[in-house]
Amino acid sequence: MAEARRIRPFAVRHLPGFPTMALICFVCLYAPIITLVMFSFNESMSMSQWGGFSWRWYVAAWENERVQQASLLSLIVATCASLIATTVATAAALGTTRTRRYRGLTGIYVLINQPLMVPEIVTGVALLIVFAMVKVWTGYTGIGYLILAHTAFCIPFAYLPIRARLESMDATLEAAAADLYATPWMAFRRVTLPLLWPGILAGGMLAFVISLDDVVITEFVKSGGQDTLPTYMLSQIRRIVTPEMNAISTVFLAISIALVTIFFLLSRGKKQ
Amino acid sequence: MAAQDTSPAPEEVAAPTMAPHGTDYAAIAMRRERRNNLALVSPALLILVVGASGPLVVMLIYSFLAAGDYGGVVWEFSTQGWFQVFLQRDMFDDTIGFADAHLSIFWRSLSLAFITTVLCVIFGFPTAYFIATRPPEQRSLWLFLVTIPFWTNLLIRTYAIMEVIRNEGLVNTALMKAGLISQPIQMLYTDFAIMLGMTYVYLPLMVLPLYASMEKLDFRLVEASYDLYASRMNTLRRIILPLVKPGLIAGSILVFVPCLGAYVTPRVLGGGKRLMLGNLIELQFGQGRNWPLGAALSITLLLIVMVALLIYVRNASRQGGAHG
Repeated sequence: MAEARRIRPFAVRHLPGFPTMALICFVCLYAPIITLVMFSFNESMSMSQWGGFSWRWYVAAWENERVQQASLLSLIVATCASLIATTVATAAALGTTRTRRYRGLTGIYVLINQPLMVPEIVTGVALLIVFAMVKVWTGYTGIGYLILAHTAFCIPFAYLPIRARLESMDATLEAAAADLYATPWMAFRRVTLPLLWPGILAGGMLAFVISLDDVVITEFVKSGGQDTLPTYMLSQIRRIVTPEMNAISTVFLAISIALVTIFFLLSRGKKQ
Repeated sequence: MAAQDTSPAPEEVAAPTMAPHGTDYAAIAMRRERRNNLALVSPALLILVVGASGPLVVMLIYSFLAAGDYGGVVWEFSTQGWFQVFLQRDMFDDTIGFADAHLSIFWRSLSLAFITTVLCVIFGFPTAYFIATRPPEQRSLWLFLVTIPFWTNLLIRTYAIMEVIRNEGLVNTALMKAGLISQPIQMLYTDFAIMLGMTYVYLPLMVLPLYASMEKLDFRLVEASYDLYASRMNTLRRIILPLVKPGLIAGSILVFVPCLGAYVTPRVLGGGKRLMLGNLIELQFGQGRNWPLGAALSITLLLIVMVALLIYVRNASRQGGAHG
């Protein structure tokens, strides 16, 4: 063994301790999540003692009326927001890529990316101020505010993958369609849109996940009684927590991870 | 002489082709393209202005109004909101002094954000290096493993940390069973908990840009350094670090900025007593009932963040392309 060790070539890329540190890092990233998932199946109330496997907390969460309402609202808001955001982001991407640089383009980029730069708490508070005014003027307190706020911060997340896809697309195909007497609309529908579709799907999926995950802006924008799943969880976390919370979290995690995985597969397809 | 007269300057050649009264098709096409582009972009911009940018302007106005008694504002000009960000008037003798409570929260936010950034470098650097030195076909899998927690719900990840470190949690139970401690260590609701939580939550933001610049690292330079009898430590310090500095700066800012504006993590792990800027802002719109001060604090936070992002953008453009 000692012989083999001596003749092994000098490892240029190796730095002592780094792989260990990295593996510790990966373990630390996943250990809390795995613990959380594990204890969602715990028969007992405890978060540290294993009392046997059970679906008890999933049943409890499923039958909890407030969880049902919050999940429904989360789904409605995320669906509406991601659909609107993806539609307008697709249009915006078409209007900002593969074109001559025009005046105001930089300004448009700044506006589109603005939700990524401003801290969520600042946006949340600013929306609280404006919506409080609008609520007094119009008396409307529905979920429209939530959908508007979510749509706004979802736009950059939908825009970026669509734009990336557009930029890597072959513009000559559309020129060919035009040469073959396709109207601009036909060329768009039969050539551009099918090519762009993976990007649009990826953007929509990302927007959906981002909307589903949002806590801070929702917390400030929601009117009384409008809880999405994350704000419901935030309000419950301060009390004595039961594994019911873990069960909700686990389902939530599963949905996000599934969507993100699909997103990765879709955006990887772009490079091939 | 004659030759000179017959060969006009280039500008003069161009002039006659621009028909002053004729139709300039190129210009029309350009105008049409521009109009199309604006029509395509405008719905998105409208939503963004109403739902994101416009409210910031309204908030700026609010920061210069007087506070209403029960929340909201009174529509008269006042600089009280801004005055109260750092200063306070003594209740009894009207002397002006620094608002210690606010200053200590500013200080806590800045120092916690800074320490978290350092911790993220300590843990993120080896991780990014590890990924970058894997065989190419393995890299995307490792990267994916880093990205997954990043896209899962921040609240859930914070909750996961909370469950692990609470008094009845896994860490304390394990330590007590091992006989190392007789009483649970109070970790939850301390600055340590906030720091730990933020490091956990924002670590991927450090790893990704670091990886992006390490991936481009030319290992022939590292080899050359070893050939010249540099030790591993010297090579890391003098060769690798300077080469991945852009990624390091980018990652640090990407971690620092959300830490500074963190709201959920300090609320859940700090237990409402250990405030950070985000919680101080929220307080002004809740129990504090001082909207102008809240607005002024938000804009202060926004300004600090903008300065950090400006450094980020300049760093990225100097390197000839954005990272991460």
